[in-house]
Amino acid sequence: MSAIAAPGAGTGLEPLGLWARLSSGRTLPVLSILLVLIAIWYVAAFSLNAPFQRRLDGESAPGGTLAFVERTLNQAKPTLPSPHQVAQNVLENTFLRKVTSNRSLVYHAGVTLSSTVLGFVLGTTLGILIAVGIVHVVTLERSLMPWIIASQTVPILAVAPMIIVVLAAVGITGLLPKALISTYLSFFPVTVGMVKGLRSPETNHLDLMHTYNASPAQTFWKLRLPASVPFLFASMKVAVAASLVGAIVGELPTGAVAGIGAKLLSGAYYSQTVDMWAALVAGSVVAALLVTLVGIASRVVERAMGARPA
Amino acid sequence: MDRSLKLLSFSAAMNVIASPLKPADVVPRPSGASVVEARGLGLTFKTNDGPVQALTDVNLSIGKGEFVSFIGPSGCGKTTFLRVIADLERPTAGTIHVNGMTPEQAREARAYGYVFQAAALYPWRTIEHNVALPLEIMGIGKAEREERIKRTLALVNLSGFEKKFPWQLSGGMQQRASIARALAFDADLLLMDEPFGALDEIVRDHLNEQLLQLWARTNKTICFVTHSIPEAVYLSTRIVVMSPRPGRVTDVIESTLPHERPLDIRETPEFLAIAHRVREGLRAGHSYD
Amino acid sequence: MRLRFAWQPVLALALLILASFFPSMTMGALDAEANPTATVQVPFDGTSTLISLLLAAGAILSLVRLPKTAEALILLVASFGAAWMLVSGISGAEGSALAPFFLKLAASWFLAWRAASVLSNLSPISASARTLLRLLVPALFGAWVLILWEAIVRGAGVPFILLPPPSAIGLRLVSSVPTLWADVNQTIFKSVIAGYVAGCGLGFGAAVLADRYGFLRRGLLPIGNMVSALPIIGVAPILVNLLGFDWQSKAAVVIVMTFFPMLVNTIAGLSASGHMERDLMRTYASNYWQTLLKLRLPAAMPFIFNALKINSTLALIGAIVAEFFGTPVVGMGFRISTEVGRMNIDMVWAEIAVAALVGSLFYGGLALAERAVTFWHPSVRGG
Repeated sequence: MSAIAAPGAGTGLEPLGLWARLSSGRTLPVLSILLVLIAIWYVAAFSLNAPFQRRLDGESAPGGTLAFVERTLNQAKPTLPSPHQVAQNVLENTFLRKVTSNRSLVYHAGVTLSSTVLGFVLGTTLGILIAVGIVHVVTLERSLMPWIIASQTVPILAVAPMIIVVLAAVGITGLLPKALISTYLSFFPVTVGMVKGLRSPETNHLDLMHTYNASPAQTFWKLRLPASVPFLFASMKVAVAASLVGAIVGELPTGAVAGIGAKLLSGAYYSQTVDMWAALVAGSVVAALLVTLVGIASRVVERAMGARPA
Repeated sequence: MDRSLKLLSFSAAMNVIASPLKPADVVPRPSGASVVEARGLGLTFKTNDGPVQALTDVNLSIGKGEFVSFIGPSGCGKTTFLRVIADLERPTAGTIHVNGMTPEQAREARAYGYVFQAAALYPWRTIEHNVALPLEIMGIGKAEREERIKRTLALVNLSGFEKKFPWQLSGGMQQRASIARALAFDADLLLMDEPFGALDEIVRDHLNEQLLQLWARTNKTICFVTHSIPEAVYLSTRIVVMSPRPGRVTDVIESTLPHERPLDIRETPEFLAIAHRVREGLRAGHSYD
Repeated sequence: MRLRFAWQPVLALALLILASFFPSMTMGALDAEANPTATVQVPFDGTSTLISLLLAAGAILSLVRLPKTAEALILLVASFGAAWMLVSGISGAEGSALAPFFLKLAASWFLAWRAASVLSNLSPISASARTLLRLLVPALFGAWVLILWEAIVRGAGVPFILLPPPSAIGLRLVSSVPTLWADVNQTIFKSVIAGYVAGCGLGFGAAVLADRYGFLRRGLLPIGNMVSALPIIGVAPILVNLLGFDWQSKAAVVIVMTFFPMLVNTIAGLSASGHMERDLMRTYASNYWQTLLKLRLPAAMPFIFNALKINSTLALIGAIVAEFFGTPVVGMGFRISTEVGRMNIDMVWAEIAVAALVGSLFYGGLALAERAVTFWHPSVRGG
């Protein structure tokens, strides 16, 4: 109740200043918190890297404090790289390299993206099919649903390296094993969301279909499926993020060939901290991109189905 | 019963109808004695579709021990007026005093109990702990809390349900518990916003009867928002008729019904005459749209 | 005699008839027939017919109109009896199963399926019987996953490295309790608990602060929502690099992973109380902390428990994956990655089973606590 939290705020009689208008929106708060985070990052980077820099400089430290700070924040293999080093690395490896280059982040992101998308599509399909089964067959609901819920409590990612190595042992390598891990991670949210969605029609609407003597198939296509669409998209947003995590973790045990996960691992192996941070940034960009795409698709579909634009 | 029927006379009812009452500026009372005193009160909400005048130029004075009903179609500002008294909204024009204080001071002095449209009981608290909620907040000791819970639950006929959770009771019982909660801290003013609006007719009749008995016993001042004409006429000593766009008072009707009112008073000519006048007032407020 | 048709027993009978056209269930039995003088132990010597008879009897009896519980009981006895004989018969003759073995296995599975579907459609009056059924049907499913896994892996002779049978995993689990316990101790009791408590606590504290200061909330909420979609697990190698190999770096990963779900959920929960309830507190002139303690925190509890449940899984995942990047030579993630490298797949499965058990116990404990705290919520009281 904002009218109560800020007396007179709803009346419009109190003239709002520029500052008040900015801070009551989201942009300014988000930006200032990000700025604070970056400042903390710089301080942390300096204090973590300084001891090594002191040892590096030895007795003959050239220049004053400012020069020391500058050197500390620009080490080649810092304990904690500073934000501008990460930004520079990301920009260099995204825009200045050929896409085919092994150092190009676009290349690695593309590798991860392809298995993410394959796994996501498989997982979503599987999730929808299981949900349809659960909603229509009592035996399936009673037998499967508890296990699907329980499977959420299991740290599934722990299986990832085994799946990769075992499948490699029988000659299956490349995209598919990673995609399978993504599938496993993404089917769960879709199943749960779709079961909820397919069950979401009100009793009134179901009774109406009943009075028309509609067949289960008709009820499904004309009522349950359209009603489940918002639930499907909400769970797809979760699933696509989970799918990306699956793909990244799936890349860890492959011997670090390609992909964002591989980049992280090789960075850890050679202490290329800047590369690791850059890979993390690349992963985040991919995640944001995927979730945004699903969000756009959801808005387009829901608007086509007559939902009020939010 | 007989006595109250004897008191009724058709001519008295006619008198009420004939008495020349001007809207809005009627019943000026000395402000020292009044519990609620509004002068030129106005409230404008700013919405996306432009400003909405929820209240304009409301002048009203409510004396101690009165039972005042506010009636009108939705959007007429009756609930808004109650919320202004309770300091849940701030007026944008005019003045209002509650017990001679500003609404904010009155709220901080815990001058009134508020009963909402829904019971709004906390589902994680038992009935007795719900009634204890305001007492805890106001820092009243445990022994006295228990004594007051006992007393107020008896007042609304809920003794024996202390340990139940709200969701284990019927809608009518829940609303009674919420009235007990509003009574628990002994404020002299009771603000009730369509408290029986969500209940069915039979339960509502029953609670109306009980509310009148409670009012007679406790001598509280009650402001009661409703959209039911019979409810307003049955309960009130005074009925404030309001109309929307802009929200304003169009008529104030003094009830001539006796203090003691059995349910079947609603079939007497006097009752019907007052109800007729309320209906006329409501219609007049609508005449130009 | 009146019959009640169901497709599973009929299909099972068809499979049994099909199986009867084959002379033998295993290659060993085939050899024995070809060479009667040899004194080798023949798999399914005698039990082959018994299995078929048991299954056929179960299938036919189930088609008769019997009380539902009797039907279910007959089906369960037949399917489990046949499955037990199939699994015990094939041990020692792994990889030698022929078509009839799988046909009979499928037949017994269909009978179990029929049993599950009969049980699912029962609606007993007593509450305890309903609870029993709610547990029994999924337990049946779980048991049959294990039976099919065991029988197929043994019957088809799936390489041990690819997929060990559950019995081997069970044996491995029992024989390496000390190792597993040391791993659990390192991963769960050091990294996960410390990180979980700190991460959830910090998230909660930040949410209360954000709730008090609108500026902070408007800034943190979009960031929190965005971060929850990011592959945060990627900070694992970075933090291991930064904080060293011992449990502190794992706990740090867990903190980062659990902080944002708690923050976002608690902020949502703190605004979950209704307008009317908050107006009520205002009419009491209740101060911020009184409103927080008496109204908004209790109302936020379902959200907070949701975050606690999400975080219990995330914490385990975070700690285990962080151990892939380096640990002292103990820990669940360490064990999984090294045993995978040595192709000791049964040990990996044992470790995963333990992780699943711990995860479920943790989750179950939280669910019980949730029921106790949010007993009033419609989703718990079933209203």
